[in-house]
Amino acid sequence: MIPEIGQLSLILAFCFAILQGTLPLIGVWKNNAMLSNLAVPAARTQFVFIAITFICLDYSFFANDFSVLYVASNSNSHLPLAYRLAALWGGHEGSMILWVSILSVWTMAVTLFAKSLPETFRIRLIAVMGMVSMGFLAFIIFTSNPFERLIPAVLDGRDLNPLLQDPGMVFHPPVLYMGYVGFSVAFAFAIAALLDGRLDITWARWTRPWTTVAWVFLTLGIAFGSKWAYYELGWGGWWFWDAVENASFMPWLVGTALIHSLAVTEKRDAFKVWTVLLSICAFSLSLLGTFLVRSGVLTSVHAFATDPRRGIFILMYLVVVIGGALLLFALRAPKVGLGERFDVVSRESMLLTNNVVLVAATGSVLLGTMYPLLMDALGAGKISVGPPYFDTVFVAIMAPGLFLMGLGPLAKWKKASLPEIGSRLRVAAVISFVSSLLVPIVMGKLTLMTAVGVFMGIWVASTTLILLRNRIKTRRVATPNLIENLKGIPLAFYGMLLAHLGIGVFILGVTLVKGYESEQDLRMEKNDVAKAGGLAFKFEGTQEIAGPNYVSTQGTFTVTSKGKVVAVLQPEKRFYPVQGSVMTEAAIQPGVVKDMYVSLGEPLENGAWSVRIYIKPFVQWIWAGAILMALGGVLALLDRRYRIVNKKAALAAQDLQEAYEV
Amino acid sequence: MKARHKRLGLIVAGLLLLVIAAVLITKSFRSNLVFFFTPTQVEKGEAPKSGNFRIGGLVENGSLKRLPDGLHVQFKVTDTAKTMLVEYKGILPDLFKEGKGVVAEGKLNTNGLFEADQVLAKHDENYMPPEAAAALAAAKAAKTKDSSAKEGVK
Repeated sequence: MIPEIGQLSLILAFCFAILQGTLPLIGVWKNNAMLSNLAVPAARTQFVFIAITFICLDYSFFANDFSVLYVASNSNSHLPLAYRLAALWGGHEGSMILWVSILSVWTMAVTLFAKSLPETFRIRLIAVMGMVSMGFLAFIIFTSNPFERLIPAVLDGRDLNPLLQDPGMVFHPPVLYMGYVGFSVAFAFAIAALLDGRLDITWARWTRPWTTVAWVFLTLGIAFGSKWAYYELGWGGWWFWDAVENASFMPWLVGTALIHSLAVTEKRDAFKVWTVLLSICAFSLSLLGTFLVRSGVLTSVHAFATDPRRGIFILMYLVVVIGGALLLFALRAPKVGLGERFDVVSRESMLLTNNVVLVAATGSVLLGTMYPLLMDALGAGKISVGPPYFDTVFVAIMAPGLFLMGLGPLAKWKKASLPEIGSRLRVAAVISFVSSLLVPIVMGKLTLMTAVGVFMGIWVASTTLILLRNRIKTRRVATPNLIENLKGIPLAFYGMLLAHLGIGVFILGVTLVKGYESEQDLRMEKNDVAKAGGLAFKFEGTQEIAGPNYVSTQGTFTVTSKGKVVAVLQPEKRFYPVQGSVMTEAAIQPGVVKDMYVSLGEPLENGAWSVRIYIKPFVQWIWAGAILMALGGVLALLDRRYRIVNKKAALAAQDLQEAYEV
Repeated sequence: MKARHKRLGLIVAGLLLLVIAAVLITKSFRSNLVFFFTPTQVEKGEAPKSGNFRIGGLVENGSLKRLPDGLHVQFKVTDTAKTMLVEYKGILPDLFKEGKGVVAEGKLNTNGLFEADQVLAKHDENYMPPEAAAALAAAKAAKTKDSSAKEGVK
């Protein structure tokens, strides 16, 4: 009964999506208030039906209803409750449900919080989101129905893939999708603006907070995923340039470019056409990512079984959405004008370079990700692109951009002076250069890559701090009190500082872990001692333990430094009987300076095991950097000028004046 | 120097940088392309003699052997038509299983042994990497073609 209710409300949601996506547009066009006023109620009703669908599906998981095919293939009665609920997005059909659910959450948010927008613009915005939802709901109903019954029902389910039975499964997909799908709002803003012919400072102001929220979620989602891969896959890697990772990384890169170009559009009324194009691209790449992950063309931990109908449907959907958006862009964009002029050396030109760098980096990732798929589709053989390609090319493209990150925020709008910026940054240059030599020497080995990496990391961090000092100095005349002074600086500025600092921390983490990690594969018997990174790892033997839906062999390793115990690590080898699969659970002692990482390989003769021991210096800085970036985004959102939602133009104008000063 | 000249200079410098970047990208891209071959293709000598490539198929049942040092393993990969011997040092991924699909990256040594430096057993819910599935399909197609040709002779 419950699955049928879910099925029915899914179809009803689809009907309301059609209403939401078509009639209001006609209403705006024909000036028919009755039709255009349908947008908000249709969107909200759609939200309610999608919520019912979601709850019904999750209830089927909760109640172990194995007469539902999707539940039977992705869950099991012994699966712990939290994973049973999260198993909803453990397979293809459910992740599509998650996708539309999150889309309708975003649409709902737009109907609730975007009240200060002009009526026609708001209606178009909601209608565009309705169209996006329409396509996805059609896809689910016609090719990927999660409520399909299994007759006769099975006694127990096939279980969730053990790889996914991890707290990461509860958080990573929803947070990542919040980011992915969140760019649909920026996309809808861009399309509505093109339809409206309205593209100005106020437009950028409305779009900015929405884009930032999506970006924050995407940043966190990617960081979660990377962290999860680090401890769950058991080989201590944190990024593999896997096509699916790239699929989430490309929207992030373009989204980052978008955030910066929106700043220019808001403050200088420039880059407008470019900003619109980026909005379209960010969401197009999100859709492409969904296509890559869901079409089954990839060899990946994320890949699902293939059904060619699905691939073709998504491909058609992509062509319609992206092609339509770009066509509209081509027809309407020239109308919106070029905006204010700026000098070759100015904040605008630096931000333009930032955008070019980010887009070029996206292009190189896109090439490496799509080329193998294209060759395969054309029947030109199966190939793959090795991670070294991504490493070299990505770093080479990003490096100049990172260097400019130090200069950009100090440059003045319209026209800046390089010597002036240079004199401000002399200290940062010296600090960065000295540490680029000192840090590698302290770590024990100096190579070009580590020197360059440390230089970049410290450069980004130190220029950011100088930026703050500079700001305090210029304000000192008006507000001599330091506390008052700091309080008076807009939160958005602190947000930028924090996000940039995060980049610096991230670069340092990547450089140091790449440069100084150590890895050993060993054969260890009970009481054997292995040395790694100045530490002694003693293997104390193994014991059998039982989990809720698995049995596990747990090894114990005592780690000592100069005779003192610093950590006890207990890696596991789990066996999940339902799927008959084995899972390695690494044991990690995280630390600011280094992680100790032990995982069990296979049992050998005489109680010996093959064991993998890693020392990962500064690896936690990678995720700390990402979290700083996300926090920066949150601070920017909390800025005063975004909190004023319903107050009228007078306030907005005054606000805008302040914004110019930022 | 006039502002216009300065602008022109910067544009030229920018274009030059772009060209250099494009050249470097293509170069790095080409040198990192890894091609995929089925055991049948390797047997026919289509795979590169030096340099890395990927193979894929099923891990033959009962073929997994651990060498005395406990860390090197050997196993056979088959596309059901041909098989080839693979050696790997290190810990095999969790999803690696006899009778299941696998993809390995490495190179052939002079004795025809495939020395893998990476074994991938990532897969979909049907336990089959797309490449491995393609290898099996190719072998199967070749077989049916073969047998129908023979029938034609009869």
